[in-house]
Amino acid sequence: MGIKPKIAMYWASSCGGCEISLANIHDKLLDVEANFNLIFCPCLVDTKLHDIEQMSDKDIFITFFNGAIRNSDNEEMAQLLRKKSRILIAYGACSKDGGIPSLSNLYSTEEHFKNIYMDNLTVDNPFRVTPKIYTNVEEGQLTLPALYETVRSLDQVVDVDYYMPGCPPEPEQLINVLDFILSGGALPPKGSRIGVGKTTVCEECKRIKHDKKIKKFCRTWEIIPDKKTCLLEQGLICMGIATSGGCGGLCPEVNMPCIGCYGAAEGVEDQGAKMISALGSIIDIEPLKGMSEDKITEYIRNILKDIPDCAGTFYKFGMAKAMVNRRVK
Amino acid sequence: MKKVTIDPISRLEGHGKIEIFLDDDGNVENAYLQIPELRGFEQFVVGRPAEDMPVITNRICGVCPEAHHMAATKALDDLFQVVPNSAAKKLRELFYSSFFVTDHTTHFYALGGPDFIVGPDAPAGERNILGVIRKVGVDIGKQVIACRQRNHEVIKLLGGRGIHPAAGLPGGWSKAINEEERQGIEKTARANIEFALFTLKAFDEIVLKNSVYLDLITSDTYRHETYYMGLVDNSNRVNFYDGMLRIVAPNGQEYVKYHPCDYRQHIAEIVMTWTYLKFPYLKNIGWKGFVDGASSGVYCATPLSRLNVADSMATPLAQEHFEKMYETLGSKKVNGRYLPIHFRLATHWARLIELLYAAERMLELATDEEITCPDVRVIPSGVKGEGIGCVEAPRGTLTHHYLTDERGIVAKANLIVGTTNNYAPIAMSIKKAAQKFIHNGIVDEGLLNKVEMAFRLYDPCFSCATHNLPGKMPLHIALKNNSGQLLQEIRRD
Repeated sequence: MGIKPKIAMYWASSCGGCEISLANIHDKLLDVEANFNLIFCPCLVDTKLHDIEQMSDKDIFITFFNGAIRNSDNEEMAQLLRKKSRILIAYGACSKDGGIPSLSNLYSTEEHFKNIYMDNLTVDNPFRVTPKIYTNVEEGQLTLPALYETVRSLDQVVDVDYYMPGCPPEPEQLINVLDFILSGGALPPKGSRIGVGKTTVCEECKRIKHDKKIKKFCRTWEIIPDKKTCLLEQGLICMGIATSGGCGGLCPEVNMPCIGCYGAAEGVEDQGAKMISALGSIIDIEPLKGMSEDKITEYIRNILKDIPDCAGTFYKFGMAKAMVNRRVK
Repeated sequence: MKKVTIDPISRLEGHGKIEIFLDDDGNVENAYLQIPELRGFEQFVVGRPAEDMPVITNRICGVCPEAHHMAATKALDDLFQVVPNSAAKKLRELFYSSFFVTDHTTHFYALGGPDFIVGPDAPAGERNILGVIRKVGVDIGKQVIACRQRNHEVIKLLGGRGIHPAAGLPGGWSKAINEEERQGIEKTARANIEFALFTLKAFDEIVLKNSVYLDLITSDTYRHETYYMGLVDNSNRVNFYDGMLRIVAPNGQEYVKYHPCDYRQHIAEIVMTWTYLKFPYLKNIGWKGFVDGASSGVYCATPLSRLNVADSMATPLAQEHFEKMYETLGSKKVNGRYLPIHFRLATHWARLIELLYAAERMLELATDEEITCPDVRVIPSGVKGEGIGCVEAPRGTLTHHYLTDERGIVAKANLIVGTTNNYAPIAMSIKKAAQKFIHNGIVDEGLLNKVEMAFRLYDPCFSCATHNLPGKMPLHIALKNNSGQLLQEIRRD
């Protein structure tokens, strides 16, 4: 019995859901405990930083890094863990593509501060102050890390070996990966998505699919969809076509459209662009025959008006990686 | 890509930082709890369709996504002016009760409980779920895992996903359950009741029968007199899903009872430049700083707060334990209700009573004849332009408030999150513990444990900083003299 390999999980700007996905491997945890030396996040950060710095490089076998890079702290930890880990995995949507927090990129830090600390509905802030890097209080000085203007994914900051998609990844994926490591199999090519196959959510979804001809898009609260038919056919913007599988189609299973949390499907460069082109091909163009130019524009506009937020719909979990990842003023 | 570059500042580890300043004599002058993170949900939900709020805001917290999902869903009911039918409400509450069971279980066994089960003076490396298992036996460890597992299955069945559910819609819920599914849920609920009773028994044997622990609970170090907040039903009983907000004063008298939609008349938030988190307080009392008492606007919203504001519990077994707690800790009945308990460590006990209530409530709902009704949605007819939703999250009252345009696109959002309510009380508890354990510049080695306990009883969820499997909390304490010189740094290893 050799020394158990060290594995670590660290959170940057995250919600903790990735940690819970680890907790949700339930009794498998006891196996993990038996085979790995688990350095969970707090131990890791509680270890004095210079202790980690003094670890020899690549001392940690695998680091599962979750959360986006939002401030200087996150970036420093990403760099340090990159150095100290043999394998660095971007775990979950935030570290893979920016995740929900990267919707922040649609606004400036200044706008955030103004709306959160000054013009918020319950805020009592007559002097319109905002958090500062340095504050002199009566007893001395207090410091805060600065927020970055842009939320980035892990691979926009350091070199990443593998990706595990999902918000959060389903526990089965983690079990797949851990089992694979224990089996001692050859590692997949660098940059692969691991723990999931090459399917899309659409392929995993059990709903019946026909030829699609959409006359109207609907918002989720407008209709009660049929339980067996493809949701996109029923006019709901379901991201399943453009989204990597791995979840088994959980949201469509409860009659809700896929919101794209697994990011772009295998071989897709840009999730939103893929979705938009897919929509372009399923809009019913039958009525366009013989229509005048103006009427055609009006017809298409009318169909698209029920997608009121393209950025938030097509890039909900991947604004950091989107081709157009900023608001164009 | 614009980058804000700043000089390296003292490193913040984890997501919370405590600064303690000493005076010339080496005694505590002040202590600050700083939250070094802002993710900015209140800003970046602007421009999103309101119906996305349940699946965007649940990403605020991976430990309690169900709470955000539910508060958002209820805000949508209000925004779209639609009242779900009673089957849909019951289904939501069933889902919510199961969530409470798993969340409170996690806290007691993995996060807060180890302080007691393993012991407050045990080495940090022991005070975690593994230490708990060593102390109470691996079978119990397996029971804890089984409890989390069966409830996560219910959450996934009803909500679509085990973490970050998807089923909430204005006017109802996207999925109904059939009889077979109902039977499975009923079985889970029954097992939960057994598990909750067993946990209370363990608490009784390990904690209450140990005079050292009992003294700790009733010590002044962990005592604060503040206002308390919680949702109550029509009979002033604890309810997690719906009701009126009741606030009681430190002396136990009802200060105010209001509909959650009127929250802005009662709550305001103050901004400090040294932290990214805002401090809520009772607007009509006013912000007087980090102080106890009826003249200070500081209030607390925790499991203990919820029990303190209620007259009783809505289920029979939970009521028995509720009475036992108030009697044991020496609370008297005045005008038919118990006086509030101010011992903050009793929050752990209150949490277990809530665990039992959630389990009993889950069974009531799982055996309700309406629960398998296939019709759990009402289609809304229009958008009002404003919606407020409120639930009790495990860590305190949670309010979501959205303003939208006529198409239901969010123009403004305000979120007052469970833990945020308790930011001031937590800061006060930390200061009090520091003052007790630091004298003449000498730091008692027990300080970290004791401060950590002060902190952890609230089960704070600052970006889930304290939620992790080993149940350790990243803690970084810096001691400085009044010229700003760093005297000592302590880190939890």
